[in-house]
Amino acid sequence: MEENGEAVNAQWTIKEGDYVVLKREDVFKAVQVQKKRKIIFEKQRFFLDNAIGELYGTNFEVASGGTLQPRKVKHEENPQETKEAGMDNRNIVDDGRSQKLTRDDIETLKEQGLKGKEIVQQLIENSTTFRDKTEFAQEKYIKKKKKKYESDITVLKPSTRILALMYHGREPGKICHLRYDTLAQMLTLGNIHAGSKVIVFDTCAGLVLGAVMERMGGYGSVIQMYPGGGPVRAATDSFGFPAHFYQTLHEFPLAKVNALLAGALSLESEEKSGLEDSSTGAGELPQKTVSETEEREAEHSSPDAEAMEVTGEGPEDKSKAERENQRELRVQEKKIKLEEKRKRLLAAASLLEGRNADGLIIASRFHPCPVVLSLLKFVAPSRPFVIYCQYKEPLIECYTKLREQGGAISLRLSETWLRHYQILPNRTHPKLLMSGGGGYLLSGTTVVMDTAKSLGPQRVEEPAPKRQKLEETDV
Amino acid sequence: MSFVEYGDVIREGDTAIVFLGHDSMFPVKVQRGGQTQTRYGVLRHSADLIGKRYGSKVTCSKGGWVYVLHPTPELWTLNLPHRTQILYATDIATITMMLELKPGSVVCESGTGSGSLSHAILRTIAPTGHLYTVEFHQQRAEKAVEEFKEHKVGHLVTVLNQDVCREGFGVTGVADAVFLDIPSPWEAIGHAKAAIKKQGGRVCSFSPCIEQVQRTCQALAEHGFGEVSTLEVLLRLYDVRSVTLPLPDFGEEAGGPGDGAPSAQNATVTCKTAVAPKEMAGHTGYLTFATKSLV
Repeated sequence: MEENGEAVNAQWTIKEGDYVVLKREDVFKAVQVQKKRKIIFEKQRFFLDNAIGELYGTNFEVASGGTLQPRKVKHEENPQETKEAGMDNRNIVDDGRSQKLTRDDIETLKEQGLKGKEIVQQLIENSTTFRDKTEFAQEKYIKKKKKKYESDITVLKPSTRILALMYHGREPGKICHLRYDTLAQMLTLGNIHAGSKVIVFDTCAGLVLGAVMERMGGYGSVIQMYPGGGPVRAATDSFGFPAHFYQTLHEFPLAKVNALLAGALSLESEEKSGLEDSSTGAGELPQKTVSETEEREAEHSSPDAEAMEVTGEGPEDKSKAERENQRELRVQEKKIKLEEKRKRLLAAASLLEGRNADGLIIASRFHPCPVVLSLLKFVAPSRPFVIYCQYKEPLIECYTKLREQGGAISLRLSETWLRHYQILPNRTHPKLLMSGGGGYLLSGTTVVMDTAKSLGPQRVEEPAPKRQKLEETDV
Repeated sequence: MSFVEYGDVIREGDTAIVFLGHDSMFPVKVQRGGQTQTRYGVLRHSADLIGKRYGSKVTCSKGGWVYVLHPTPELWTLNLPHRTQILYATDIATITMMLELKPGSVVCESGTGSGSLSHAILRTIAPTGHLYTVEFHQQRAEKAVEEFKEHKVGHLVTVLNQDVCREGFGVTGVADAVFLDIPSPWEAIGHAKAAIKKQGGRVCSFSPCIEQVQRTCQALAEHGFGEVSTLEVLLRLYDVRSVTLPLPDFGEEAGGPGDGAPSAQNATVTCKTAVAPKEMAGHTGYLTFATKSLV
C-alpha cells in the first residue's frame, strides 16, 4: 500500500467524474464532480473545477465568482485577542441595540469581498455586550457567527457512514426513516462480509444495497430484488463503486419470485413483458412477437444495401427512409438491451435457484411479512436475516408468522436509541435524544425446516424421545 | 467453515455453535471421536456433527434435540470465554460503520481483551485487510493468538504483547482506523495518530466514564483530530406477546335489554404486542469518534 507516494495519492485525489460528498458543518450533499457545473449547496453557488487534483478531505473556501480555494492551513482559533469576559449576565439587557453594525453595513462588507473571518471579527468589535458576556457565551457567539459567515466546504470520499448520515438528515422519507445506527445494526446482524451471497430488498433509494456492497468489497454476489419496472440505485451510485463491484450485483423482479419458486419461470414471456415494460417503445411499437422482430432485423441486416436504396430515391422518400432507418436502429438497440436484460435475469435466477443464499436483508416500504416469507426460501440454513420496518406492528406479525412456520430461530425484535453528547470543559451534557424515529429490526437465523408440520410452538416443551432417529444417524 | 467464510457442512476442526434454545447455546470444537454433554444428552461429534449441514436439527442421546449453527462473530460474542469485559454487537455495529471498516481496511486495536470486537473486525476487513491488535497482558495476548488460529483467521491478524500507551501499535502510517478500549485512551492518542495513514483515517475510543471521554476529547483536539463526536447507542429488545385485556361491565344499557347486545360480562380483547423487558442495559460506554484529516 506504501509503494510510492504518487500511486497512493492517485487514489486519494479528487478526479473529474468522481462521486463526492460536500460537507459544511454537519450538512452533507452528494454530487458528481463535473467541470463547469454549478453546484448549489447551503445557499452558496460554486463550481468544483478547482477541487480536481486536490486530496480528499481538503477544506475549500468559496471565493467570489463561485470558485473554490483550497484552505490547507487550519486558521487559528478565536479571533478575539483580548481575553476579557464577564462573570454572569445580570447586567446584560436585551435592547436590540448591542450590535452597532446594521444589516446594510454587513451587506456592504460582504460586497466588498471581505472574508468571512473578517466579518466575524467586525461583528465582535461592534458588539457592545461581547466583553460582558461570559467566556462560554463569547465562544458560543463566535461559533454562531462563524457558522453564518465562514463557509468552509470539505470534499469527502463517500462512505456508508457519510451517505447514511446525509440521507437521514436531508431526505429521511426516501429511506423509510432508517437511522444510521439502525443501518449499522443491520449490517452486523446480517453478518455481511466479503465472499457471501446476499439477497437485498431495499426501497431506501439503494442506500442499504450500497452499504451491503461496501461491506462485500466486490467479493461474492448481491441479488437485489426489486418491485415494479426496475431497481432503484440513486444512493448506490453515490458510493462511486468501481466498475467491478457492479459485476457482482444482480437484480431480480419480485413479480417473478412466485414463478421462480414454482419452477415456472419462463423466459419467452419475459421478453414480451420486457417490450411492454419499456416506456419508449410501447406507443410507437405495437405488440410484436420475438420472431417478428428478428425477421425485420434480418431483412435490414446489411446497412450498405439500405444506403444504396436510399440514394436512389427522392428527398421526401429519403427522409422517410431515414426515419425508417432510425426506427430500425432503435428496435435493434432495444433488442440488444432486452437480450442483456434476459441474460441478467437468467444469471440472477440461477443464483437464487440454488436456494443457498448466505443472508437476507429487507428494508422496504412494503409490508415485510409476505416479503420475508417468500424470500427466506432462497436462504441456506444457519444464515442470518434482518428485516427493517419503520413501524413495530408489522414486525410483530412477521415474528408470529415465522414462529408458526418454523425454519427460523433466535428471533429478535429490537430497536436502538442513539444519544449524542456535547463534550466541552465544564459544559458536557447529552445533545439530543433521538428515539422512535430510527425504526425497528426483526432478526433471526434460518435452520433446516422440519418435515413434520407445526413444530415451532413445541420448542419450549421437553421434546419427546426420538431413539429411532438417533439409531439411524449412528449408522 | 471459518469466521470469514461460510461453509455448508460441519467438518472436523470447525467451531460450531450448539443452540439449545433462547439464551442457551455454547461453542464446540468439532473433533472426530469427541463428545459433548448437553442437557438433552450426549452429542457424539463423529456421528452427530461431522458431515451434517449447518442449521440441522441434531438428536442427542436422551432424545432431545439441538440445532447446530455456523459460527459468526455475533454468535461468538455471546458464547466466548470472558477474560475481560467485552463489547457487544450493538456497540460493535456502530463502531464498524462509523470507523468505515470494509474489506481491505487496515485496523489497529487495543486492548485485544477477549477478542469480541477483534472477530467482528476480522470478518469485515477480510480477505485483504489486516488487524494489528495490542494487548499488554501476556496471557490474554497468547490466548487470543491461539483463538485466531483455531478460527482460521490467524493470517489476518498480528497480536502484539506490549503497552500501547508507551510503545504504540508497532506500525506507523498504515492504518485506516484505530480503536481504543483501554483505561487511559488519552495517553494513546499520539500513537493512534502515528499509526494512521498520512491521507487520514478514523479513530474511535470506548470509555465507560464521562471523565475519560473529556480527557480523550481534549487529547484529540490537541493532536489536530477533526469531526470529534461522542455518542451512545442503547439496545431495546422487545418480547412479542399476546396480551388479554378484560372489558369492564357498564351494566345494562338504558335503551333496554331487548336489543340483543351481548353482555359485557367476562368479555376480553386479545392483542399481539411488543413488551419492553423489565430491565435493559442502560449504559455500556461512550463512543468517541474523530477523523485524522489532512494537515
